[in-house]
Amino acid sequence: MKTPTETAGDLHPSGLELLPAAFRRWFTEKGWQPRAHQLSLLEKARGGKSVLLIAPTGAGKTLAGFIPSLTELAERGRKKPGTAFQGVHTLYISPLKALAVDIERNLMKPVGEMGLALTIETRTGDTPQGKRQRQKLSPPDILLTTPEQLALLIANGEAERFFGDLRYVVFDELHSLVTSKRGHLLSLGLARLRRLAPGMQAIGLSATVADPLDLRKWLVPQAEGEAAADIVVAPGGARPLITILESEDRIPWSGHVARYAIPAVYEEIKRHKTTLIFVNTRSQAELVFQELWTVNDDSLPIALHHGSLDAGQRRKVEAAMAENKLRAVVATSTLDLGIDWGDVDLVIHVGAPKGASRLAQRIGRANHRMDEPSRAILVPANRFEVLECQAALDANYINAQDTPPSGAGALDVLAQHVLGMACAEPFSGDALYEEVRSALPYAELPRETFDRVLDFAATGGYALKSYDRYAKIRQRPDGLWRVSNPQTAQQYRLNIGTIVESPMLNVRMVRKNKLGSLGPGGPVLGKIEEYFLESLSQGDTFLFSGKVLRFEGIRENEALASQAFSMDPKVPAYAGGKFPLSTYLAEGVRGLLADRSEWHRLPDQVRDWLEIQREVSILPRRDQMLIETFPRGSRFFMVAYPFEGRLAHQTLGMLLTRRLDRMGARPLGFVATDYSLGIWGLDDMGDLIAKRKLDLQTLFDEDMLGDDLEAWLDESFLLKRTFRNCAVIAGLIERRHPGQEKTGRQVTVSADLIYDVLRSHEPDHILLQATRQEAAAGLLDIQRLGAMLNRIRGHILHRPLDRVSPLAVPVLLEIGKEPVAGNASESLLAEAAEDLIRDAMQV
Amino acid sequence: MRDEDIGASVTKVAGVEFVCDPMGALYCEADGLLVVSDLHLEKGAAFARRGQLLPPYDTHATLKILARVMDRYRPKLVVSLGDNFHDRVGSALMPDDCRTLIVEMAKGRDWIWITGNHDPDGVSGLPGTVAESMAFAGLTFRHEPAKGAEKGEVAGHLHPAATLRRREKSVRRPCFATDGDRLIMPSFGVMTGGLDLAHAAFRGLFDRTRLIAHMIGKDRVYPVSYQGLKG
Repeated sequence: MKTPTETAGDLHPSGLELLPAAFRRWFTEKGWQPRAHQLSLLEKARGGKSVLLIAPTGAGKTLAGFIPSLTELAERGRKKPGTAFQGVHTLYISPLKALAVDIERNLMKPVGEMGLALTIETRTGDTPQGKRQRQKLSPPDILLTTPEQLALLIANGEAERFFGDLRYVVFDELHSLVTSKRGHLLSLGLARLRRLAPGMQAIGLSATVADPLDLRKWLVPQAEGEAAADIVVAPGGARPLITILESEDRIPWSGHVARYAIPAVYEEIKRHKTTLIFVNTRSQAELVFQELWTVNDDSLPIALHHGSLDAGQRRKVEAAMAENKLRAVVATSTLDLGIDWGDVDLVIHVGAPKGASRLAQRIGRANHRMDEPSRAILVPANRFEVLECQAALDANYINAQDTPPSGAGALDVLAQHVLGMACAEPFSGDALYEEVRSALPYAELPRETFDRVLDFAATGGYALKSYDRYAKIRQRPDGLWRVSNPQTAQQYRLNIGTIVESPMLNVRMVRKNKLGSLGPGGPVLGKIEEYFLESLSQGDTFLFSGKVLRFEGIRENEALASQAFSMDPKVPAYAGGKFPLSTYLAEGVRGLLADRSEWHRLPDQVRDWLEIQREVSILPRRDQMLIETFPRGSRFFMVAYPFEGRLAHQTLGMLLTRRLDRMGARPLGFVATDYSLGIWGLDDMGDLIAKRKLDLQTLFDEDMLGDDLEAWLDESFLLKRTFRNCAVIAGLIERRHPGQEKTGRQVTVSADLIYDVLRSHEPDHILLQATRQEAAAGLLDIQRLGAMLNRIRGHILHRPLDRVSPLAVPVLLEIGKEPVAGNASESLLAEAAEDLIRDAMQV
Repeated sequence: MRDEDIGASVTKVAGVEFVCDPMGALYCEADGLLVVSDLHLEKGAAFARRGQLLPPYDTHATLKILARVMDRYRPKLVVSLGDNFHDRVGSALMPDDCRTLIVEMAKGRDWIWITGNHDPDGVSGLPGTVAESMAFAGLTFRHEPAKGAEKGEVAGHLHPAATLRRREKSVRRPCFATDGDRLIMPSFGVMTGGLDLAHAAFRGLFDRTRLIAHMIGKDRVYPVSYQGLKG
């Protein structure tokens, strides 16, 4: 393998000659000079290489990515009328629709100024049918699009013609794409593009990552002796100035809204030109937005931007941003990536950033001039988040990065791709297998697994071969696989993509009349996840669309809500930590807790909180895990502090309660946060430990990841949720499309029930295998839990207490938000049945 | 066998005593009558015919549970309350091994297939009698509950499920729903979902002050009053 040459620093005189005259002239007119990394990338691309460019935001990354294409197209000149069909020259793939639109805007400007004769067009889900048809007949030179559109394009019979002349494919924000199933699908798309246009080169654009080798390999075909893509690293810009918000007000023990900080945040908005306020979840965005408007005495233009909002609404906000008409935007990750809008001079992050890379990315939104420092303020929503923000801040200064590894390619994604390839043209199993293995995530895919996925795509892959007559794709006598009928291709197109939305219900506003019955329906406010609505009882109040609403019930396929006469929603609409705490930050938080000499950097109240904890209980050393036991009310509690993130804690909680149950400690339930895990029960677990009836080393032994895990997985609702996603992506269950819900219950089938049937009859089915694989890596965070159990072996510190400790308060406040599973629900039923008997006896 | 041993709960519909079995069947000892509803057999195959290749195991799984119910009660008469098959062609295209299971079960007893909205033509190639509804022991058995029906209706169609809430937790289970005048059966098919008792479709069918949801637990049926569901 060749060693990569890294380029940094000053001009690259040799590269300058590679630039066509129009480019040199343009740079001179602007009074600019091409940056070294831009020229270096051009040189490598000219040498026929695929290249990974690593550059901080504002370093001219996008232009650099297009320079090889633009220079080549400038030299090629305009297509003469009457000449042969020309396919797309450069394909640009962006993770966000908005990003593609944004790049079009930013690219058109220099192209126009240089007078280059080339066409640039976007193609997203919003592109009208007419334009799509026209694009197929007469493709633009540069096509800007999304991973889903690429999947659709290569599944088309015209793909070979459309992409036959392809020279470059540019992947923007590659680091954010590769870690997800979307990245898996994209890697398969890239493998197909290489087959359609063998000379094609890939260019990846990425923010700084810990290990760029994975990305470099991702860009090239996986084959013996194949070198990874070349790498060009642009120098970093000025260090950002990040602070943690200082507030006189009390920092809450738990929660995710940071209501206490709103006046201070508002003052910062007033002091800056344009502020971007990032939050982690949609409901946080709603809450922060609502709170800001209650203090917005100056009526500053403050907008909201999140994924559940109507697309038209979002476009309006984006346009207003670009024109610098807004003073602040409250946004979720829909605005996360490299969108370059307006003159943002401050980024505020409400809630903990959960990972240093994410924080760096978001801070990069402020101030796109590299030589000036970006300004950012972190707003922790609770006390543990103060510690986490401090750890994140330290991480950013030492520039540590924690982008997770991309992992093995998901099998449900592969199933979708296989069907798509059959829609494009008949294929041979051998050839497609080789092609699939040239994609990095699938490089190690065994042939046997591929064949099972193929079988799944054809007839469902069941051991009971009863669906041959309903096969979606069939192997014909010539050995090639073809789609059985046109409906299959249509079904494929409707179900493409790897992003599975939770089932949503419309929320309709209703009025109550004097008698308390509901009047006719009012306007629809938007959509909310069905599982959230099902957890509500009539009369519960919650926040949506900037209003406090009272839940009235579910009618047909709609949730009904009335105006609540309260400003204090009872049910927090927080949908759980969207991102788990990164391993790196967790380590930082543990370090900060253990090291008292660092506490002077923390706000007074947080320091007091830790001091009192030190007095009434103890603070664990960095390598220790603290367990506290204490009584409270009629229950006994055990709180553990692993700091491994909510997902790993949730899994740990499930497994520990099973074990405690078996050891006779009668646990009743548990609740997990990013930082700690609280278990409560009928017996004094501290006493059991003291009497040696309960052994902590045994309780926390790694062997829980064996049989206990298997047994729990069997009944886990988490696995069911994962299965649903896999089943939708793999095409077993069709997506629900807007308007389809109306056709009623008979067309929808519950993924949970399919899961139960499949698990009891064919536990080794390929889709169950895919589900377990995904759950272990994602929702359950097994790997992290395993590493933690290993780490704490022999380092468990137990502290029995008379009452709750300061450190335990946050997790106790979360109790009551978790569903119950297994035996606990049976006892609930039994209890309710007893009520009936008691009522009956009273008469 | 005593009802408690099998986890069943006892109820009366228009004076006729039934036990609600945790496997989802209703049995009247006095008349040797067993009622099941909404089997939705061949649901997987029905979806496969339309391009969604759902697991083909549902029919077999449902019939195996039904066979256990047969063993437990050895009824003289079986009434399947409609939506016996998930689509019109289901019974004709059913695999032979499943057909055999039904033929075996039906031996030595009467079997009534009430028609439902999914299988309005009834069943073909199976033993038993097809009917739109049946009057027996002073009760009326039909697929879809009829609003304003006489006392003593036993119906299916709606797949009732109840949600119990206690201490901020909730448990949702399929149930037999009855107010003493009418009873609506839970769906028996393994791949059938449930509809919450609070749904508008149940409006006007029950006197909610007397409504009891016999909720199906793991191995037991738990009677909970409708008012008691909210805790």
